[in-house]
Amino acid sequence: MTFLRVTGLSKSFGGVKAVDQVDFTVKAGHVFSIIGPNGAGKTTLFNLLTGLTMPDAGAIILDGEDVTGLPAHQLAARGVSRSFQNLQIFFNMTALENVMVGNHLHTTRRFLPCLFGSSSVRDSEARTRIFAEELMHYVGLGDYVDADASALPYGALKRLEIARALATRPRILMLDEPAAGLNPAETAEIDALIKRIAEDGITVLLVEHDMHLVWGVSDHIMVLNHGRVLAEGTAEEIRANPEVVEAYLGHRARER
Amino acid sequence: MNGTRLQRYGGLLLLALALALGPLFLQNGFHYNVAILAGLNAIVCIGLNLLIGYAGQISLGHAGFYALGAYASAILPDRFGFHPLGAMITGAVAVGLIAFAVARPILRLKGHYLAMATLGMGIIVSIVLDQEVDITGGPDGMPVGDLSAFGYVVSGNLAWYTLVAILLFITVWLALNLVHSPVGRALKAVHGSEIAAAAMGVDVFHYKVLVFVVSAIIASVAGSIFAHYSGFITPDEGSFIHSIELVTMVVLGGMASITGSIVGAVLLTVLPQMLADFHDYEMIVFGAILMSMMILMPKGLVPTLAGLFKGRRS
Repeated sequence: MTFLRVTGLSKSFGGVKAVDQVDFTVKAGHVFSIIGPNGAGKTTLFNLLTGLTMPDAGAIILDGEDVTGLPAHQLAARGVSRSFQNLQIFFNMTALENVMVGNHLHTTRRFLPCLFGSSSVRDSEARTRIFAEELMHYVGLGDYVDADASALPYGALKRLEIARALATRPRILMLDEPAAGLNPAETAEIDALIKRIAEDGITVLLVEHDMHLVWGVSDHIMVLNHGRVLAEGTAEEIRANPEVVEAYLGHRARER
Repeated sequence: MNGTRLQRYGGLLLLALALALGPLFLQNGFHYNVAILAGLNAIVCIGLNLLIGYAGQISLGHAGFYALGAYASAILPDRFGFHPLGAMITGAVAVGLIAFAVARPILRLKGHYLAMATLGMGIIVSIVLDQEVDITGGPDGMPVGDLSAFGYVVSGNLAWYTLVAILLFITVWLALNLVHSPVGRALKAVHGSEIAAAAMGVDVFHYKVLVFVVSAIIASVAGSIFAHYSGFITPDEGSFIHSIELVTMVVLGGMASITGSIVGAVLLTVLPQMLADFHDYEMIVFGAILMSMMILMPKGLVPTLAGLFKGRRS
């Protein structure tokens, strides 16, 4: 079953076609990876899909609904969530509060009850806190529940972003280079985490340079180059594609 | 009840105690005057801190909202026969609407541009108050009638002190509720990273406008109370200098700290009174405080001291 269908999606920045007529479909429950050289348009594509950048042309159909041009917070309400390549942690809060922000749309957040500290807000806060703690344990950050976000090491922050994104209760989770800057042991944890997220029924869109991780978790891979789709297919098909090897993989095709 | 809620109610209890015991230490009219002004400044600063410290948006024009509230309480009862409470509420609603109308274009700006836009807005208010001599009395100012409600007229030091103390307590209570709710967390998220906040479902623009309007309404009500208390107001209440004083109080006391706003307001209300001989240099002192805070403890007094204390314990 198709969960996400993208057609003719385009975005230019001052004459540079960052994303150029991109078409693809993602099946529900799949881990769909997007790879390609730096500057291929992967992050721009994520920004388009999450409403942080408005497309010039094309359509984004999410579970049958046209969501093209909706702003980020409205896409979040429709089950789209993401992590960021360059960390976008709320460093002015604790780690737990970061995750609680992710649950924003599921909290009792009307202004007057919040202002008067109504019991419905207190109950909602207690539930949110428990849910956020569970998620921190889920991503392996149980030790950092009470820590300030600024006290977390880099690898933990990457996972904090994933916990925060999961707190939105997403139907599709977009991970932008979750393993960048991590050591092999930490990457293996991310690998296991992505598989668990997919098993829980969340569709995953993954942008990643660590090919070991990509080969291991992906159901389907798309290669972007100069903003265009260069190739699409399973890991075997991508590895065997001479154009992909030429443009991006090079010696990495042999890594396993 | 978890730790943070216990702390919150403990803090409120301490505040109530301090406010109740205050009169024991206030020995004359001058002391009362300083305490009442400090309380009013604290109320404005708490609102302003929601905007600056929590949501990370600057305003250099909040004295304008304060002055609009003050002039509403001066003009409406005098010219149009409003009840003082009706005038206060009308002023607050009008200021809320003005803030809403101004916020929509202004809050799309960031950083220096937002500072400039709010600065301009404040200056426009003070120019209008200065120039509309027929309505506002111009630079000479205008008298304000008594604050009365239910047949009772607020007069005398203790009555005014009690009124301001109650209002301060209510403001602190409401602000604490707000910052410990999803709304407060959303404001902090907007401060931390706008794009991450948006991606988590926080309507960034909505919360910016909301907190701007709320802080403006708080300033307006405090302005109304000040007008009745003082009995005479001038366009100076809305001056750029007053806006800077308010921001300095927030920065000195501490960003994103309700306690900090009270501390900052009290310190910077009391200090100029003690240095009355240096009145001409007041703005230089404020400027120096603002600069040294930015360099030495950018988080402000209360969060920095709290951090030191926390660090020593663990």
